[in-house]
Amino acid sequence: MRKGKILACAFLLSALAAAPGASAQKKYDTGASDTAIKIGQTMPYSGPASAYGTIGRVEAAYFNMVNEHGGINGRKLELISLDDGYSPPKTVEMTRRLVEQEQVLFDFQPLGTAPNSAIHKYMNAKKVPQLFVATGATKWGDPKNFPWTMGWQPSYQTEGKIYAKDILANHPNAKIAVLYQNDDYGKDLLKGLKDGLGAKASMIVKEASFEVTDPSIDSQILSLKDSGADVFVNIATPKFAALAIRKVYDSGWKPVHYLNNVSLSIGAVLTPAGLEKSVGLITVAYLKDATDPEWANDPAMNEYKAFLAKYYPQGNVADSSNVYGYSAAQTLVQVLKQCGDNLTRENIMKQAANLKHLQLPLARPGIEVNTGPDDFFPFEALQLARFDGQRWVAYGKVIE
Amino acid sequence: MRAENLPGPALPTWKWAGLAALLAALCALPFLLSNFSVFQLTLVMAYAIVLVGLNMLTGYNGQISLGHGAFYAIGAYAAAILMDRYGVAYWMTLPVAAAVCLAAGFLFGLPALRLEGPYLALATFGLAVALPQLLKHKSLEQWTGGVQGITILKPDPPFGLPINADQWLYFFALAVAIVMFALARNLLRGRIGRAMVAIRDNPIAAEAMGIDIALYKSLTFGVSAMFTGVGGALGAIAVQFVAPDSFNVFLSIAFLVGIVVGGLASLQGAIYGALFIQFVPNLADRVSRAAPWAIYGIMVILFMYLAPGGVAGIVHRISRTWKRRKT
Repeated sequence: MRKGKILACAFLLSALAAAPGASAQKKYDTGASDTAIKIGQTMPYSGPASAYGTIGRVEAAYFNMVNEHGGINGRKLELISLDDGYSPPKTVEMTRRLVEQEQVLFDFQPLGTAPNSAIHKYMNAKKVPQLFVATGATKWGDPKNFPWTMGWQPSYQTEGKIYAKDILANHPNAKIAVLYQNDDYGKDLLKGLKDGLGAKASMIVKEASFEVTDPSIDSQILSLKDSGADVFVNIATPKFAALAIRKVYDSGWKPVHYLNNVSLSIGAVLTPAGLEKSVGLITVAYLKDATDPEWANDPAMNEYKAFLAKYYPQGNVADSSNVYGYSAAQTLVQVLKQCGDNLTRENIMKQAANLKHLQLPLARPGIEVNTGPDDFFPFEALQLARFDGQRWVAYGKVIE
Repeated sequence: MRAENLPGPALPTWKWAGLAALLAALCALPFLLSNFSVFQLTLVMAYAIVLVGLNMLTGYNGQISLGHGAFYAIGAYAAAILMDRYGVAYWMTLPVAAAVCLAAGFLFGLPALRLEGPYLALATFGLAVALPQLLKHKSLEQWTGGVQGITILKPDPPFGLPINADQWLYFFALAVAIVMFALARNLLRGRIGRAMVAIRDNPIAAEAMGIDIALYKSLTFGVSAMFTGVGGALGAIAVQFVAPDSFNVFLSIAFLVGIVVGGLASLQGAIYGALFIQFVPNLADRVSRAAPWAIYGIMVILFMYLAPGGVAGIVHRISRTWKRRKT
């Protein structure tokens, strides 16, 4: 008892002694204090892209866990995540509310290319970080003109270029058929593929597009097959990717089949399409797939599953968006740890651009997050993988 | 839906005084509220202009449109393309947006107006569904910016006025809204307005009186689209961004909800409806994070059961009982 009192006194005294020095070093902008960090976010919880809303939910759950363990440097993370319904005018309104009324320190992972485009200039004029935007468009890594905006995931164009490289290396005389979703993401990936092929872009003998509202893509697949192509690039979100895999197989077409990263989930895409029909698919990966038996005994994957069960039980383990949000939240936590007591908007961008060899638990081995003052693309490395009927087997080197 | 809802012949003095007081209050608002709220109110005025236009069509003329979001988009894109590609001043884009939408509305109205009630609703619905994807089309991409949309710069206050850009835009929108409301009032209280209502209430009698129904219906559709286009241009300037995703089908439905909740065939109803469009989804989001659209839906249902005349109907009833008590 007595000893405890003395200890407490000593602690108090030392705290008092330390206080002036510490407060001299503490630097805050709007939204940061000794006890909390206010974070803003816009998410499509309703509307056409509401399936992605789980990213915001899993991130909120992750921050809850961090807060239960004492927060970051003693500060709790307060995430204010607002629904923009994937409508750009609503994103502008909600973001202005976050910045001007809620007074957040920064905006974390606002989702969607068009919604982020709508606030791009505003955030940079206001000098509020628009951090780790959840879209694969290429324009987010432009520190010269937009020093307050940074992407997170590998860009769709990078992905397309990697497929092009692999095709040129292994199938130089191929005839390529492309199926793509008729929106920004599909067109961006296709552009990357064409840029990667460069002078050989004429190898693409047939392109077919579809709308997310189409009930079936059978006719597109048949017309691609009739083109006589022997390489097929499948640029589609999960539901359509699965339909395409099945139709390609059932129609007796046997092309070299490249499947884009957003649809690599074994649970959500390959199983519904038929695992035996998926043998030989090629994709690029940067995150682990929770349904891949490769990671069944991976400690990091088990930790993720335990987290999901405790803090976000309604979340679907097989949904790759949850792995995505979990990893993005961990990236942010790393940035905030690096910031220490200097929680100015400027320092947040500085630390976000100062991530070195960060190996996230759910990123594939060897795929690290790296940023620098001139490098606003956290994930640039990707690895090719082939599906062997059970799991994705990585092959070749990690491609930067 | 009664004829007495038509704007009266002339305003009595006390009403002028009331309007002046209202105007003074509206002018004071931007100095009392945060910039964010001022921005929201600017959007309310853009929506109010749209609702006046839609109300002419639906409230006064009895035609249902599920596609006014398309004209809103055309107005918004007209303004954005003119400012972004051709460096036109923002205020100059409004008359152009109005003219483009008047023409588009009139032309769309010519064949579509052979259609009655639900058939016209479906035809306009088709327009609203088709337009966002047309805007993404390759051949238009050089103007529309495709899926990436167009970012425009916020206009600075002119003449070195000591106010910020949000406040200036508010006053600009207020001025445009006053002009458009005055225009609508004059149009509706004259011969044209009476012809519109006559067509709605009894088309056969109207034709017997010598009203050219097809012409009036197409004209109403055109003028209605024109108002919507002006609102769209104003909205685009306030938001500083247009993209196909901004103008989905739900926008058209929100407009229809707005005029019905605000009050059909009522000019002031447009203001209530615009407030509803702007603020109720936010309110619903605050009431319930998990199911904001359930709250929104329940509010719409309650409105329809408890106040079928919309907010304007309630206001009308209150002011009538108040007047009766006075006499």
